[in-house]
Amino acid sequence: MSKGSVRLAGSGGDVAKRQRVRDGRSEYLSLVSKGVCDKLKKPLKGISYAKWGYIFSIPFMLIFLIFSLYPTIYTAVLGFTDCVGLNNSEWHFLDDPLANFDSVIHNKSFTTSLRNTVVIWMMNFIPQITIALLLTAWFTSHHNEIKGKGFFKVVFYMPNIITAASVAILFNALFSYPVGPVNDLLVSWGIRDESYNFFVDGFASKCIVAFIQFLTWYGNTMIVLISGVLGISPDIYEAAEIDGANGIQTFFKITIPNLKTVLLYTLITSLVGGLNMYDIPKLFLNGGPDNATLTTSVFIYNQAFSGSYLFNRAAAASMIMFVIIALCSAVLFYVMRDKDEAKLQKEARQAKRDAKRKGGMW
Amino acid sequence: MAAVANKKASSVVFKVTAYTFCILLTVISLLPFVIMIINATRSTTQIQQHAISFVPSTFLKSNFEVLTGKSFDPFKGFLNSLIISTFSTICTVYFSTMTAYALTAYSWKLKKPFFTLIMCILMIPAQVTSIGFYQFMYKIGMTNNFLALILPAIASPTTVFFMRQYMIPSLPMEILQSARIDGAGEFRIFNQIVLPMMKPAMATQAIFAFVTSWNSLFLPQILLIDNEKHTLPIMVSQLNGDIYRTEFGAIYLGLLLTVLPVLVIYFLLSKHIIAGVALGGVKG
Repeated sequence: MSKGSVRLAGSGGDVAKRQRVRDGRSEYLSLVSKGVCDKLKKPLKGISYAKWGYIFSIPFMLIFLIFSLYPTIYTAVLGFTDCVGLNNSEWHFLDDPLANFDSVIHNKSFTTSLRNTVVIWMMNFIPQITIALLLTAWFTSHHNEIKGKGFFKVVFYMPNIITAASVAILFNALFSYPVGPVNDLLVSWGIRDESYNFFVDGFASKCIVAFIQFLTWYGNTMIVLISGVLGISPDIYEAAEIDGANGIQTFFKITIPNLKTVLLYTLITSLVGGLNMYDIPKLFLNGGPDNATLTTSVFIYNQAFSGSYLFNRAAAASMIMFVIIALCSAVLFYVMRDKDEAKLQKEARQAKRDAKRKGGMW
Repeated sequence: MAAVANKKASSVVFKVTAYTFCILLTVISLLPFVIMIINATRSTTQIQQHAISFVPSTFLKSNFEVLTGKSFDPFKGFLNSLIISTFSTICTVYFSTMTAYALTAYSWKLKKPFFTLIMCILMIPAQVTSIGFYQFMYKIGMTNNFLALILPAIASPTTVFFMRQYMIPSLPMEILQSARIDGAGEFRIFNQIVLPMMKPAMATQAIFAFVTSWNSLFLPQILLIDNEKHTLPIMVSQLNGDIYRTEFGAIYLGLLLTVLPVLVIYFLLSKHIIAGVALGGVKG
């Protein structure tokens, strides 16, 4: 096996001990291959293809290091410096290293923006997941077939694919004051006597941003949930039907519990996406009125690329968001891990330990 | 008998509710875009008298003249967006397939840690590291350079993840073995055997990579300062500025022009796009 030979290549020292380790390892590997049945992946006899695994990963690794990891570290470093002003490459570390973080956390705009981000996300996510679940229940119902599912899916998903920037500006035009399509409708239907200026009402603006977010994502969530339901074994549904379960019982007792992983996936991806909300609040009202739609991403952008170009503050705020997002994705990673594979791995490790112990006894 | 009738009645109630709700959502989803398309053909005066109308008018041309008369060059933006999106899509799809192949076809020591790394960075959005990215690009003189937006596409963890998910069950190792016996090199096997087999998954991922790149605003906005280099979403953001404040007809037309390419792609490929979204959800 290539794995063993790579590790042993070029090693000196206690040959006998190595031999024992190798015996143990090959036993472990044969156990693993029995379990995972990856016999087909075994390379041709005598030739190791392991190096090609490295070679084919080089482009990804290289670009990741240069364009992703380095900027991340650079951002973290800038958070501790006095780097302000456009086109400034002369910066020094601050005497008080946490000064930027301190001022960001105590910055009223930042705390407002963090609160707004979470509030707007919740205002969009709760109706979004409710309606997506409702539609999923209807579209996968075994009792009542709905016609035109394909058409509805195409229509509901459409707003997701359209440039968010354009959607934000479009809604700005739709809600414009004193004359705009929405105000036109409100007045002509007699709901209001005169036009309403949505853009000075903080709560209304938040609602509109949340609504745009909802509109662009509920179709996506619905399709993900439907595919999750279609992945549930039909046998369970058949059994439920034989036992006389009705549609609502089937949905709550079978669909929802089996959909747990997919629901969590939706929740976390939506949360991470929501924490980065930028295009819509930025272009809808640029965070206004009175910071009512200011999100953290807009805050970071405004700190770094307007006013006095406070790159250090923006970097500190970015790092705070980075930690929050990393925590969220750690939860996702934990939840999404393949449970069967994790179990197999555990067994393999156990086998390895056993094999080693055996080796030690010789 | 009564139970059957009852069941029928409840089925009718269900259908009426479900269809009404779905049609309502259809209206909500489509109406903004319908208004956009129709208002793009109406004059600003007409819009100010009645902002909502379902009758197209004849002012498309004059709106277009107003729009392009004020430093808004949709064709330039279109071209810039097209260049960036096309090349970054090619990079994303080709190199992600390559990385997924390394993770599927070979067994190497760092394979597991490498995959764990990809899983870890899957969720970290470019936005939170953008400050360092901007400063770095500024230092090496790559602001206003499309390469700064194209090259990072080579390392796209999400695409690698999905390509790997697709590749594991659908790449028969026997074929690779027989190609090796026939004396094909590893690069040749990848380019001439693996890539063609992965075409369906690559097409799906290409659509998403293209649309994501086409729609992205944050990074282009901070990197491309030069007017000549602006992409369509950056141009859209200028529609909200002072110069178009009262020219509603022109604003709607500008929005329509930026949205049109995506709409065309969507209605041509909606089946594949929906299938792709579903694929991502099954075991994302």
